[in-house]
Amino acid sequence: MKNYDRARGMSDKTSDIVLVVICSIVLLIVAYPLYYVVVASFSDPYEVYAGKTFLLPSGFTLDGDKAVFLNEGIISGFLNSVLYTVIGTVFSVGMLYITAYPMAQKDLPGRKLLSIFFLITMYFGGGLVPTYLVVKQTHLVGSMWSLFLPGGVAVGNMIIVRNYFQNSIPHELIEASEIDGCSKLRTFFNIVVPLSKPILSVMVVFSMVAYWNDWFTALIYLGGKGTPLPLVMRNILIKSSATASQAATISGGYAELNKLTELLKFCSMIIAALPMLMIYPFVQKYFEKGFMAGAVKG
Amino acid sequence: MEKTKRAVPARGSAAARRTGVPFGGKNLWQRILDNWQLYALLLIPVVLTIIYKYIPMYGIQIAFRDFKASRGYTGSEWVGLYWFKRFFSSPTCGRMIVNTVLISLYSLLWSFPIPIILSLIINQLRFTRFKRTVQTVLYAPHFISTMVICGMLRIFLSPSGGLLNLIMGTSVDFLTEASAFRTIYIASGIWQDAGWGCIIYLATLANVDPGLYEAAKIDGASVFQRILHIDIPELLPMAILNLIMAAGGLMNVGFEKVWLLQTDLNKATSDVIAVYVYQQGIEHAKYSYSTAVGLFNTVVNIVLLLIVNKIASKASDVEFV
Repeated sequence: MKNYDRARGMSDKTSDIVLVVICSIVLLIVAYPLYYVVVASFSDPYEVYAGKTFLLPSGFTLDGDKAVFLNEGIISGFLNSVLYTVIGTVFSVGMLYITAYPMAQKDLPGRKLLSIFFLITMYFGGGLVPTYLVVKQTHLVGSMWSLFLPGGVAVGNMIIVRNYFQNSIPHELIEASEIDGCSKLRTFFNIVVPLSKPILSVMVVFSMVAYWNDWFTALIYLGGKGTPLPLVMRNILIKSSATASQAATISGGYAELNKLTELLKFCSMIIAALPMLMIYPFVQKYFEKGFMAGAVKG
Repeated sequence: MEKTKRAVPARGSAAARRTGVPFGGKNLWQRILDNWQLYALLLIPVVLTIIYKYIPMYGIQIAFRDFKASRGYTGSEWVGLYWFKRFFSSPTCGRMIVNTVLISLYSLLWSFPIPIILSLIINQLRFTRFKRTVQTVLYAPHFISTMVICGMLRIFLSPSGGLLNLIMGTSVDFLTEASAFRTIYIASGIWQDAGWGCIIYLATLANVDPGLYEAAKIDGASVFQRILHIDIPELLPMAILNLIMAAGGLMNVGFEKVWLLQTDLNKATSDVIAVYVYQQGIEHAKYSYSTAVGLFNTVVNIVLLLIVNKIASKASDVEFV
């Protein structure tokens, strides 16, 4: 018996080691490119492109960060993105909640019909141009609201929230408050919303990430006005990339300019990615629950 | 479906009045009045959905017309299938359809199994802190914008001083090689979203009865055997469901990443329908033509979805119940 125990202990120990090694390799593959960008943002671009900065910065410099703060495009893009993210998140999460709550009431007359009404839009849509034409006809092109209103209700997330209302908020509480004379609206704001904090925080993060990272909607509808950060970065990252890294051989003032252009790439990527990377770990523990709630179709 | 449709009006109106039992004897009108606040909440979402989702569906008819903004949807001349014929006879049509299907087919084949394998491994980790770290790091790329991802790819794949060329000691310009495009697209997609794809599987595995593992341990089952006989059967229904859902979106190649990674030289493999729809519709303002191409894409998708749904309902009879 003792021998058997020890043998099993050994095999569990070796498998533990194997699992940790595999996970560490995966961890490295995922994290290293991000780490490399951070290191490169503090390094002399010539050293980076000569392959001297695999682990630590080489030719340490803060010029890139200075360039970011002096670059008007990036600053205004950043501020635009903050504005769109804040307003967009309030709007989207509000829409989710005011849709999901009525849809969670099983005895609401017409609930089935409304359900189908929303679900259809998940599978079928007008497509790019017909939607663009409606946005144009409603005079939203060039306005910030073109980023929010056409999105309407995010039906997939609405279903997750609706299922959360149905499964995780005790029905007795709602009944009790209605017997005490609370209207349906007051029950919603005073009982349901405060009790749904876990799913609320997940939805807020999802929505923030979506608005912060979105640039396609802005590309189509904003027409170059109030450009958000990712679209500003397109000019820095994509359009100039063909020539800039090749210019590493040229010396003089042009080379200095190119150095800054390259540094700006690394630093702007960090500015664009960092805010969301700092936020999601706080709600990470709710992700699994949220997804499970959504998977159970009510 | 049929049954519930017949049951609803009966409950509310005639039957309810006759028996007086369901819903405290209230008729349909009273119940609607009782809930007026809930309908008021729904007002804005419903109106926005009608304007920005349903009116564009009505607008699809411009695919069959020669749309002129001054004449409106119904005033523009009816041209039947003219735009579709033009698309099918355009020189790059075949290439775009093939590229769209191949990119998503290969994406599906590669990126479907990896989250399953990853979550089986992560689930067996016994050091809670390490496990949490692994999860946090693996989720990270999902929260980064496509724009940043493509910027990183452009830098890493650059022929002069790009990370990949530095590691391999070469100077290949990967983004100008048509043969490399799909690999770049799919590999970066896996890097970005494989970790995120684990969540649903990890949540499923978290619900496995711990008694099963205990029993297996007492019987002397190794980690590998536990994965094989407990975890995999537990994940199978969810995995099949995910596969089916993904198969339904086979013509849905995202616009963003392809557009940002496309160069003149890799177009042989990177030319896809979504980018064409954008270029024709928004850049060249060929509204009717672009709508027709987009509609073709949507119809193929819907057909795939219906086929897949049929298979799913059949599979669910066998697998899930």
